[in-house]
Order: sequence, then structure tokens, then C-alpha cells
Amino acid sequence: MSVVFEKTPYLTDKQFHYCPGCNHGIIHRLVAECLEESGMGGNIVGVAPVGCSVFAYDYFNVDMVEAAHGRAPAVATGIKRAKPDSLVFTYQGDGDLASIGTAEIVHAAHRGEKICTIFVNNAIYGMTGGQMAPTSLVGQKTTTSPKGRDEAWCGAPIKMSEMLAQVPGSYYIERCAVNNNANIIKTKKAIKKAMQYQMEGKGFCMIEVLSTCPTNWGLSPVEALKWLEENMIPYYPLGVYKDKEAK
Amino acid sequence: MVKVTVNEVLCKGCGLCVRACPKQVLALSKAKLNAKGYHPASVVDQEACIGCASCARTCPDVAIRIEKD
Repeated sequence: MSVVFEKTPYLTDKQFHYCPGCNHGIIHRLVAECLEESGMGGNIVGVAPVGCSVFAYDYFNVDMVEAAHGRAPAVATGIKRAKPDSLVFTYQGDGDLASIGTAEIVHAAHRGEKICTIFVNNAIYGMTGGQMAPTSLVGQKTTTSPKGRDEAWCGAPIKMSEMLAQVPGSYYIERCAVNNNANIIKTKKAIKKAMQYQMEGKGFCMIEVLSTCPTNWGLSPVEALKWLEENMIPYYPLGVYKDKEAK
Repeated sequence: MVKVTVNEVLCKGCGLCVRACPKQVLALSKAKLNAKGYHPASVVDQEACIGCASCARTCPDVAIRIEKD
């Protein structure tokens, strides 16, 4: 019998600590498969964030560094400049990238650092117990916005892909989702393209992936995907926001 | 002939594979509990499987393996 699908060796045998139905697992697998297909072997360095995916260094079977909260792009900058021939990526959540680490990501993009960032946006702070994040939707109930996010009080949710696409140094910015098979395949293609651009030394690439948080949204994993399709995708439209190559 | 194998030790019973399968090959086995305390997904209709790997692609715990003749 021939194998149609099996776990990539670029993921370790460690079991994911994520909640049932959390999309981090799917995104981890896509990143690991792209790393395998990149052919860079032992010349890959990943930078893990703080947040639910803080243990990413245990799951990817490549060299990993843990950064202080939000500072993954700054750490990745140093690694890439010291080892310009390596594939360097950061894996960050929305609390890490769009909140405490906004300065680092904006300036890494502005300097056109040749790194790629996988940005997982689930519109909530997962690890700390479901507080409102800058990316939480207007009206979304969280533990710190029990009556729903009020735009007049908290502002509108931050759209990182649109923002970073305006920065001159960014090379490729795309927003994807992993809510169904077609989108999972598209997400993998986007991650692969970002890694390809990086290996060619093109510039800063970021792939934003919309993700669910069934536990903190208070929904079942299947209901959470439906909520993502009905609420998140209309506010955070999928697509390519910048691709300098496409011009 | 297609063979789907769910690793019941890794499975957290989220049901995303059941949602993704176009042929209702998988179901959560309510009678079983794994060491993590979840009802794992199991294969209920192996014959119907077309080997599209939709379940495996959507599994957040990478617990599904698919083989074909």
C-alpha cells in the first residue's frame, strides 16, 4: 500500500497541548510541510512567540528560539542577519503580534527584513483566559468585554495585513483561513510562497491565518468554524494584500 | 482500496474530520474514551472512503493516516 497522507517528520512526536479543534494544529502542520518541501534541511531557524503557541519550539523539528513576548521579529532579524543563508520564520498569535509586539512587526516590515512571519489571528487572547484582543470583533463577548466589544470605547479591530501592506519594506502579505479544505490548500500555497521569497532574499513576508478558539469563544469546534465563516471572514477579507512579484 | 487509520491516542474528539468527510466515513465513537478523556473519531464505513484526505488535512492533531493500494 502506498501512503497518501501521513504526519511530516518536520513535526516532532510530541502531542499538541492545544484544545480540541484549535486551528493551531492545522497551521503547525502546514508550516512543517512547507519547511520539509523547502529543502533547507538543517538550515532552518524558527522563532516561537508567547501565547497559546509558546510551546511551538517543542513541535517543530527544526532549530527553534523562544523570544520575549512580541519580540519574535526582532530576534528573527538578528538570526537572519547573522545567518543570511538560513530560512528564518516567526510563528505568532494576535496577542503577540498585533498587541504587545506591534512595534517590532511594523519595524521589521519597514526595514524589509528577509524573514517570514506566520500570524495566527483568532480574535481573542487564548492562553490567558479569553480576554479582548485588539483583533476582537465589534460586539464580540470576551471575559473583559462581557457586553460585547464597544467600538466607541475600544476602537475597531486592527487589520494587520492591510496595515503592513502599506509599509514600503513589505514584499508579500496574504490573509488566509483554514476553515475548509480549499482554504487549507490555499494557506499552504501562501506559506510556501512566502518561504520561497525569503530564500530568494526578496523581503518581508507575512501570512495571516484566521483561526478559531472554540474554548474561549464558548462554541464547539464545528460551531466555531461556522462563527469564523460568518463573522471573521467578512471583517477580515481573505486574499493577497501585497505581492511585489505579481506586478 | 483505501485505508484510513485514526490514532485514537492523539485524537481529541473535536469532530472536524467528521465535518470534512464527504462520504460519512468517520464518526465520534460515543462508547469509547481515550486516555485524554475524549470520545475519539473512528472509521465506521471503510468501504465508502475515496481517499481524498480531507479528514487528514483538517485534523488539528495530525492523527489520521491514509493509505491506498
